[in-house]
Amino acid sequence: MPANGLTRALQGLGRRVTDRIWRLGFAARFLMATVMYSGTALRRFNLTIREIYFTGVLSLIIILVSGLFVGMVLGLQGYDTLQRYGSSEALGILVALSLVRELGPVVAALLFASRAGSAITAEIGLMKATEQLSAMEMMAVDPIARVVAPRFWAGVISMPLLAMLFSAMGIFGGYLVGVQLIGVDEGSFWSQMQASVDFREDIMNGVIKSFVFGAIISWIAVFEGYDCEPTAEGVSGATTRTVVTSSLAILAADFILTALMFRGA
Amino acid sequence: MSSEPLVKLTDVNFTYDRRPVLQGINMEIPRGKVVAIMGLSGCGKTTTLRLIGGQLKATSGEVKVNGQVVNDLDNDGLYALRRRMGMLFQFGALFTDMSVYDNVAFQMREHTDLPNELIHDLVMMKLHAVGLRGAQKLMPSELSGGMARRVALARAIALDPLLILYDEPFAGLDPISLSVVGKLIRTLNDALGISSVVVTHDIQESLKIVDYVYFVSEGKIVAQGTADEIKDSAEPYVHQFIWGEADGPVSFHYPARSFGEQIYKEAARAR
Repeated sequence: MPANGLTRALQGLGRRVTDRIWRLGFAARFLMATVMYSGTALRRFNLTIREIYFTGVLSLIIILVSGLFVGMVLGLQGYDTLQRYGSSEALGILVALSLVRELGPVVAALLFASRAGSAITAEIGLMKATEQLSAMEMMAVDPIARVVAPRFWAGVISMPLLAMLFSAMGIFGGYLVGVQLIGVDEGSFWSQMQASVDFREDIMNGVIKSFVFGAIISWIAVFEGYDCEPTAEGVSGATTRTVVTSSLAILAADFILTALMFRGA
Repeated sequence: MSSEPLVKLTDVNFTYDRRPVLQGINMEIPRGKVVAIMGLSGCGKTTTLRLIGGQLKATSGEVKVNGQVVNDLDNDGLYALRRRMGMLFQFGALFTDMSVYDNVAFQMREHTDLPNELIHDLVMMKLHAVGLRGAQKLMPSELSGGMARRVALARAIALDPLLILYDEPFAGLDPISLSVVGKLIRTLNDALGISSVVVTHDIQESLKIVDYVYFVSEGKIVAQGTADEIKDSAEPYVHQFIWGEADGPVSFHYPARSFGEQIYKEAARAR
């Protein structure tokens, strides 16, 4: 009967919505537990340093190469537009501001979510599927303190550093194309950049953004891994969710942060 | 040594998602004995093990380990109790990012301030006990199933526990590894003066090494006794289980309507 069908559809919709809200609440409680049980990760900092190596250092290649190419493309596109208005010397400003304000934090975060976030989820998910987390609990060691917290903090610490390196490589790429290849005046390129890029307004806001993105990616990655179904399908689904959810969350958070930081500027 | 059993379950019920998993379980694990919990997959035997280890809490009834009621313990109390327990998981559950040595040393490093030299000596003793001193530098991915189970056993006895819980220790092992693991369970139990609970459906291997057996079916204890009593049991369920008969109290067919009725209806629908 149509009424029954409608009721069932509404019930299904209601259940899906309440399930999502419940899961969001669980994720928030999980984040609180991770922060509260971070004592081990911070006291025995070698645990966190090991994870910084796996999440941060091993992401260096993709971040540096991508940064270089993004900077080189910015150099080409920027020059093409600026020379129409006779201000090709402002290329340094365009490249630097684009990178430190936006592209550095956002693109580095998207790459970080794909490279490191997915790896964190898969690793924790597989540890769960192979009962390593249960084994740890049975050995009276809290997996949130020993496994989750070091990975979370490693992500939070690595992300701003990677974004800075991305921006630095991008500026170098812009310099290579703009100054060395096209022939924009080197003195104007660097001096205009130095004069126009503000440390607090531009660089610090970029660092804050990348710090927030790092926290978002790490939170999503550790939560999805910890909460996944302990099966092959469950781990693969959780890994996909980490990349999709954190990419969307980064873009949404970027809009909100940009609106807060640069309004009226 | 106290004569009180090390583990005692009294009228334990456990319900998961409104489905009763265990009903009215009464069980005792005496000190120094190896006790098996047997039954089909999904009958509730692993749940019983998890109740003893405090990973699950009984819906009603009492689970007592070494005089402490597990249900009433807070997180710190539970962790303190678990330091006196070892658990061997179905496929070993070794930490895949650590070597054999580091796996065995894990608890010593986490829970004690022992100097590295002493930890080294202790790890060597534990690995020697399971015959794998030479494998200390290998990673878990380089071990066979039987070796992984033995390393997990060395890890389980790392802090000299009172009780070891074995979850399907014989699953997926070749006959030689199966026999080695079986002998190790018995030898370590007697040599270290510990108690062991073995959850298994490997009837032949476990009856060789256990002192007492509980049979669980659909969340209830349906039979219990020593290995010899179980072998001679006339209980239909136990008989079917021991002799591996395809049909009996545990039906070969998954519940369905009558085959004749189904064919008739399908033929009528096709016309």
